[in-house]
Amino acid sequence: MSSILLELNEGLAIAWRAIRANKIRAALTMLGIFIGVTAVVLMSTAIKGIDNSLQNGVSALGSDVLYVDKWAWFSNDEWWRMRNRRNIDMEDFHRFKELAKLPSAIAPVTNSVQTIKFADRKVENVFLNGSNSDYVKTTNFDFALGRFYSEVESNGSRNVVVLGSEISIKLFPRGDALDKIIKIGPVNFKVVGVLTEQGSTLLGAFNPDNQVFVPIGTIFKNFTSRHFGTVTINVRAASPEMLEETKAEAEGVMRKIRGLSHSEPNDFTINQQEGLTNFLDSITIVIKIAGLFITSLSLFVGAIGIMNIMFVSVKERTREIGLRKAIGATRRTILTQFLLESSVICLIGGIIGLIAAILLSFMLNQFFPTSVQYDVVILAIVISLLTGIVSGLAPAYTAAKMDPVDALRYE
Amino acid sequence: MNIINIEHIAKVYQVGSEEVHALRDVTLKINQNEYVAIMGPSGSGKSTLMNMLGCLDTPTSGIYDFKNVSVSEMTDNELARIRNKEIGFVFQTFNLLARSDAVHNVELPLIYAGVTSSERKERARQALIDVGLGDRMHHKPNELSGGQRQRVAIARALVTNPAIILADEPTGNLDSKTGEEIMALFHEIHERGNTIILVTHEEYIAEHALRIIRLKDGLIEKDETVEKRYIPKAKASFV
Repeated sequence: MSSILLELNEGLAIAWRAIRANKIRAALTMLGIFIGVTAVVLMSTAIKGIDNSLQNGVSALGSDVLYVDKWAWFSNDEWWRMRNRRNIDMEDFHRFKELAKLPSAIAPVTNSVQTIKFADRKVENVFLNGSNSDYVKTTNFDFALGRFYSEVESNGSRNVVVLGSEISIKLFPRGDALDKIIKIGPVNFKVVGVLTEQGSTLLGAFNPDNQVFVPIGTIFKNFTSRHFGTVTINVRAASPEMLEETKAEAEGVMRKIRGLSHSEPNDFTINQQEGLTNFLDSITIVIKIAGLFITSLSLFVGAIGIMNIMFVSVKERTREIGLRKAIGATRRTILTQFLLESSVICLIGGIIGLIAAILLSFMLNQFFPTSVQYDVVILAIVISLLTGIVSGLAPAYTAAKMDPVDALRYE
Repeated sequence: MNIINIEHIAKVYQVGSEEVHALRDVTLKINQNEYVAIMGPSGSGKSTLMNMLGCLDTPTSGIYDFKNVSVSEMTDNELARIRNKEIGFVFQTFNLLARSDAVHNVELPLIYAGVTSSERKERARQALIDVGLGDRMHHKPNELSGGQRQRVAIARALVTNPAIILADEPTGNLDSKTGEEIMALFHEIHERGNTIILVTHEEYIAEHALRIIRLKDGLIEKDETVEKRYIPKAKASFV
């Protein structure tokens, strides 16, 4: 046991001396591994970042919320078939609310896209969410300032608005949004609340941070005719476990409202977060595989570089290998020595690459979600060690099986 | 005490489709504290014999007992162990590690013997003092003269207290004066009780030994005791 430790220790010393003797060569070889590890680590932090960001965004939608909608979020049905469905109107919503017993909250939602202004600041193409005061119960919103609009304000279609965090930052950089009068389109609205940051920028307009929330009546009054748009009914189950039951009830209630016979298919869709998760997963898996494959290629090129250099190193030191064998080094000792050398080169390159990747991902985080986790550190070290061992194996084996007589005579 | 016992060994190399008989039928015994020179023209098989004696190679046929243990059937690892513990090599071209200082070069065989670092250093220093390089411990090979380099190599051969010192043309790369000093060192080492096998093609170097084995065409042509032995006049331990 102690002789193995001794061997490792001596092997490391030899490796270190060999690397120092060829500084430029070792540095260039390390560069290959450095680039490879940086790319792989950066890619995996980016993937982690995308994952986290999507997960946050999706969970902001709520895992226990159903969306009864004219449109299916994800469907193989043809688009025109859904277009020909009847709109869901406020009448449907009221009857649904009367008939459905299981949900903990039900809210109608309709949307509009408007430009919002305050003083000389404006934000274009803002997603306007019109609902009633129950809407907040179908979400997990937290408020940075103020409150959600009340039942009275909602029923009276008062011009009050709750701002998503991003919108608030854009219009009120100093955070003094409360009670200010802003213009949505041509209409004045009073700010009664501001949300805390909810989720991810990746979800774009679907992110509550980029939306504003107004009573549904104000949308019908000012922006979209009541008879034109369709309403989504947001239904929150009493608990995630109740989701399936609530969904079944919702389907029955909707079919009843629509007066559908047994043979007719649903002329509505009940959407849920799961569908979105599956859809996003199917996209990100492709990004992940493609990204890791491409970055692995650069690591592979680095590994070839190491192997190449190790072959040169073995060739150059043929006489040294012969001598070491003559004075008692076994095959295993020689094998260990060269494996250690390639591993040390890879490890140094890998650690520098890891540091670079972490710094880069902090910089990149300004534009793109990244997430450095400690398992990435382990990943990088394992990858570089593995690369060192795998690419050093063939050269080290060549060295180990050299005949001492021939090696000593090598010119 | 008998150290080396070789009976009817032969070595055949396969070169392409041709068989080369490097050694045909060699029988010899070497006892402790002998000083043997092996001579012969190139192609006589003296290199092959030396590799065999040094356990760098095994014979195709015949018996080779080293300290009454059969070497012929040893595995690579066992051969490596014998070379490490029992044989001290001195080469014509010194074969020192260029990037390592004298002490590290000398302690190299002890690393493979599994000796601890502090003991290694101590023994390496002592061996360097023994060959007269007490003041050159931390010089690298390129900071040493040819003679000094060969002394480092001799210290490396001595440091494990081997049963035999096997020197292959140890003066071949040295001028005659330095060569003389190295031969004086071998003389001293022999006087201290070591067994030395010297491979050379120069008569006057061979005459430093007590016994000369002459090879020709893979056979022993002559095995003789040196009548008029040459005793080096140079002082060995001081450069």
